[in-house]
Amino acid sequence: MLADWPLLSLLIWLPLGGAVAVLVAGDRNATAAKWLALLVALATLALCIPLWANFDSTTAAMQFVERVPWVPSFAIEYHLGIDGFSLPLIVLTCIVTVLVIIAGWEVIEYKPSQYLAAFLALAALMNGVFAAQDAILFYLFFEGMLIPMFIIIGIWGGPRRVYATLKFFLYTFLGSVFMLLGLVYLYLKGQSFALADLHSMSLNLTEQTWLFFAFLIAFAVKIPMWPVHTWLPDAHVEAPTGGSMVLAAVMLKVGGYGFIRFSMPIAPDASAEYAWLMILLSLIAVVYIAFVALAQEDMKKLIAYSSISHMGFVTLGLFIAFALVLDKASPDSAALAVQGAMIQMISHGFISAAMFGAVGVLYDRVHSRQIADYGGVMNTIPWIGAFAVLFAMANSGLPGTSGFVGEFMVILAATKASLGVAALAALTLILGAAYTLWLVKRVIFGDVGNQHVAELKDLNGREWIVMSTLAVCVLAIGLWPDPLVQVMQASVEALLQQVQQSKILGG
Amino acid sequence: MITESLLLTIALAPLVGAIIAGLFGRQVGRAGAHTVTILGVAVSTALSLYVLKLIALDGHPDVNLSVYTWFEIGSIKAEVGFLVDPLTAVMMSVVTSVSLMVHIYTIGYMHEDPGYQRFFAYISLFTFSMLMLVMSNNFMQLFFGWEAVGLVSYLLIGFWYKRPTAIFANLKAFLVNRVGDFGFLLGIGLVLAYLGSLDYATVFQKAPELVGQTFNPWGTVEWAVPTLICLLLFVGAMGKSAQVPLHVWLPDSMEGPTPISALIHAATMVTAGIFMVARMSPLYELSEVALSTILVIGSITALFMGFIGIVQNDIKRVVAYSTLSQLGYMTVALGASAYSAAIFHLMTHAFFKALLFLGAGSVIIAMHHEQDLRRMGGLRKYMPITFATAWIGTLALMGFPGTSGFYSKDAILYAVGAADRPGATFAYVCLMIGVAVTAFYSFRMLYLAFHGQERFGHDDHGHGHDDHHGHDDHGHGHGDHKPHETPWVVTLPLILLAIPSLAIGYFTAGPLLFGDFFGSAIHLAEGREPLAAMAEHFGHGPLAFALHGFVTAPVWLALAGAGLATYIYLFNPALADKAKSALAPIHRLLERKYGFDELYQAVFAKGSVLLGRVFWRAGDQTVIDGLMVNGSAALVDRFAHAVRRLQSGFLYHYAFMMILGLIVIVGAFALLK
Amino acid sequence: MIPLSYWLVLGALLFCISVAGIFINRKNVIVLLMAIELMLLSVNMNFIAFSRYLDDMAGQVFVFFILTVAAAEAAIGLAILVVLFRARSTINVAELDTLRG
Repeated sequence: MLADWPLLSLLIWLPLGGAVAVLVAGDRNATAAKWLALLVALATLALCIPLWANFDSTTAAMQFVERVPWVPSFAIEYHLGIDGFSLPLIVLTCIVTVLVIIAGWEVIEYKPSQYLAAFLALAALMNGVFAAQDAILFYLFFEGMLIPMFIIIGIWGGPRRVYATLKFFLYTFLGSVFMLLGLVYLYLKGQSFALADLHSMSLNLTEQTWLFFAFLIAFAVKIPMWPVHTWLPDAHVEAPTGGSMVLAAVMLKVGGYGFIRFSMPIAPDASAEYAWLMILLSLIAVVYIAFVALAQEDMKKLIAYSSISHMGFVTLGLFIAFALVLDKASPDSAALAVQGAMIQMISHGFISAAMFGAVGVLYDRVHSRQIADYGGVMNTIPWIGAFAVLFAMANSGLPGTSGFVGEFMVILAATKASLGVAALAALTLILGAAYTLWLVKRVIFGDVGNQHVAELKDLNGREWIVMSTLAVCVLAIGLWPDPLVQVMQASVEALLQQVQQSKILGG
Repeated sequence: MITESLLLTIALAPLVGAIIAGLFGRQVGRAGAHTVTILGVAVSTALSLYVLKLIALDGHPDVNLSVYTWFEIGSIKAEVGFLVDPLTAVMMSVVTSVSLMVHIYTIGYMHEDPGYQRFFAYISLFTFSMLMLVMSNNFMQLFFGWEAVGLVSYLLIGFWYKRPTAIFANLKAFLVNRVGDFGFLLGIGLVLAYLGSLDYATVFQKAPELVGQTFNPWGTVEWAVPTLICLLLFVGAMGKSAQVPLHVWLPDSMEGPTPISALIHAATMVTAGIFMVARMSPLYELSEVALSTILVIGSITALFMGFIGIVQNDIKRVVAYSTLSQLGYMTVALGASAYSAAIFHLMTHAFFKALLFLGAGSVIIAMHHEQDLRRMGGLRKYMPITFATAWIGTLALMGFPGTSGFYSKDAILYAVGAADRPGATFAYVCLMIGVAVTAFYSFRMLYLAFHGQERFGHDDHGHGHDDHHGHDDHGHGHGDHKPHETPWVVTLPLILLAIPSLAIGYFTAGPLLFGDFFGSAIHLAEGREPLAAMAEHFGHGPLAFALHGFVTAPVWLALAGAGLATYIYLFNPALADKAKSALAPIHRLLERKYGFDELYQAVFAKGSVLLGRVFWRAGDQTVIDGLMVNGSAALVDRFAHAVRRLQSGFLYHYAFMMILGLIVIVGAFALLK
Repeated sequence: MIPLSYWLVLGALLFCISVAGIFINRKNVIVLLMAIELMLLSVNMNFIAFSRYLDDMAGQVFVFFILTVAAAEAAIGLAILVVLFRARSTINVAELDTLRG
């Protein structure tokens, strides 16, 4: 029976083993290595089917649990399991990995097998992050993720890749050190690294505050929140197309996932205490960054800033839930906010991957990321133009695409909490459309801008697969989000239950 | 019986057509594309009319059903569903029938365009979106349709994406609409926050609970919740229905091909705001303040946009400003609580304005894509059908007794005259002047295009050809060719639209305005009868009412406007130039459209980019990256530079330090002991 | 019997001599090595003195360990020195500042 297999372990070790195999296959027979990598990625994706099919969305309990002692002297365990929050993110990871491998098929000429192996390893580690139920195991995957991405940007990146990788690595590393400190403190207090134990441990407000900020630094950098966001544009600009796709689509989501798994349930009272700060930072991200995006002249930088702005909705949704559940006593609205945040993450995974993919397609042909070097792309390559317009619309939150769902939910929920917050968040409706469609106007529309554009060739079959898969995902979530909502609903409710119960003893 | 599958067919038939024409345009070819889309819309039209018949004549009860659950989170539920009541049925019929006419017309108008299939895909997609909007039974789907029509409008204005003006106009249209949607979405959010549902039926049923609730956002001012909700929702309507000050996108939207100007920017999409407010009548009836605001904004739009229409020389822009002005009339009707009059005017306007636009398009085809009125004239003998239908459209627009426009406009005027809420007098005066203005610019256009001297044929580009109106880029030189009547695919829709423009008011005014036609679809507060004054005169039937019209002020005002236009443009053309120079400041003000465009361009467009640049350079690059990120790196670097001097490389220095350290530690230990 | 303090003073003197040898010597690495050996011997002296005084053999066992390690260390140190001399043709301490920051 397929469901009895250790699916989660397979999701981690299959791509990791695949990565080793691809490395062994080497560059001498690059085609074989590519096919092998694709096969492994597809097999990993196929593993998601029994995972989804056998997932019980009526319970918030961890499912597909695997638990073996690992370092017994420190109570560290190899402990995997998923709930409604993890499952969609794992599926997202697997889909994006397949697409990235297809997208990099013939574009990467320098050491292609190592490139593909890095992505497979990355997929394994990201699956691990989303499945880990042991804090140290989580930390291991969380940090491990940096290595393949460091290599991807550092080797296949653009001219300023060294600066970008260093910035990326140091930024995220600095953040996670504080998380490790927090985890060690929790271990010393509770003698356990199991997430479930950490969730139920009682802590006073001072302890919670310290822990909250320790986790905040780690996840705020990752997601990224203003003002610790500046590594992202640099990393995106220098990263190869595939790197940008994975970075934007999945790695940023680890930050949001971290808030859900660590900050909110471990330090619920401190989270409630500092929810105003998080909301404030989210709103700054939404509005300020949107203006910054408007001023960009580099396509990838613009999309990177747009990512930050969109991730602002994730943190806004997660933390406005506190106001809703505690002040307004409206758990349904709070659930709406958290659902909105989660859907925004999934949706942004597809949309940003698509946007970076589209920019990659153009970059492969023109070798420039500057908006000024384009113009009138629609005339020569209408298909990429059509996809770009679709994804741009999704990025500006057009109903019917996935980009709308999350923003809609978060804004509706925020209105319940505070009209002012909702109004600032809703500014994204105008600003998001402004920077995205202005980009479209300058790049896609207009008369043929220059000789390069005039000689463009339209999508090949490979790019077609990537773009249309993403388009289908974007439209499917946009037109019928309910299946996704139902998968997460039980877990969202459980989370809200958890954050409502004060962990301060006698408090 | 109105079943789910019937309604689904109505909505999805155009979508299927759009998908086939859009994705497989190359395979199905030009004929295939227009056949399949016209077939789809024709099916929708036939079924919509059938639904209208069931609802209007056979007394079929209202239908409210949900198709599927979009999402469900606890008690918060968003569904995709259909609500069919008389209001919806009227809108469905108007949308599909005008859309069908435009589809047929497009065969003639676009037959040389390389984007033929794409165009058909877009207009069918538009029909689908508009149907989703009007058939919706909840706010979520309303917003979906609302934005989807905006998307198609964006695509169609920028249809000729090579033209800089077109892609400027479509971006502008989308963004201005987004400003409206910003308010609209917040309004929806408040509805959910206070009433806990997105479903129309639940919301309207619970709406009275809102009375007396206040909202205190910034400490000092207390807002009544219904007022706040209604105003926010109306901001959305202002964007979509192009009310001042969010009207700026509509004239520019004329960059799109003429058929969509007729369909989207005159007959259907821009009336979505009117429809929405009428649909929300149970909410709007709760707030006098909101209705007064609507009244004032509508009357400003109605009058001042009409003025601009007088000075336009682009045939399409004259009609566009006329549309703005007429949308103002509808908005005023809403503000006077005369929702049925607004919807009635919406319907008649859809027909006669589509007729005028398509007539203008027909002229443009005949003139080989020349749109400047100053180079037309005397076209009546070359294109008699277009000429006749344009006359019909113009009469309907000015409200000549008996035409459809007469009934609907008179209904609005009566309602405003009878209204007693703040702003009603102002609105009444504006609308009365507006009637004369409307007649004046309509006849001016008619005379300049069809009567008088033939001014085409000789290329004198000399006179101030400075305004930036586009020319459909079909690559035709406009030279010595004589204009000719357009093919039947163009004239047939003109004729088919001329019939309702003339007659639909006569037949429907009674039931729509005074009967209980709309039933529960439109809700009026207790004791409110906006059309009572008109009902008195209407008692003797529509014909008697039309005859009575000749002794009322509006008709005489209209005739005065028309007469003035006749005198100036038919008999004494020199007077126009004299008036222009005599009233130069006013003329300049009108030509610059009161400066809205310049203001928005300078403040919002340039300002945002500038602000973005400041945030980026000063905030991100200097403070965060420069001071904090690279700053901390530089600090570490400087510190390292300082302490590296300690590393002399000489062993004995290190040993010395070790000993020193040892002494300090031992000393400290000894002291502390 | 000679008191413990005598031995400790001797140890301290030996230690100071070796420290001085390290600081003051600026010429020869070999002298440096010798000074380090001397330092170890001074420690050994203390070990033995305490061992005798406390009547605990562990101290003397330690001394044997230290002697062994010191021998090994001296061997390695001299070997490095030879290599260093081959590479740099000098064993002048003042010139061996590759580690300078």
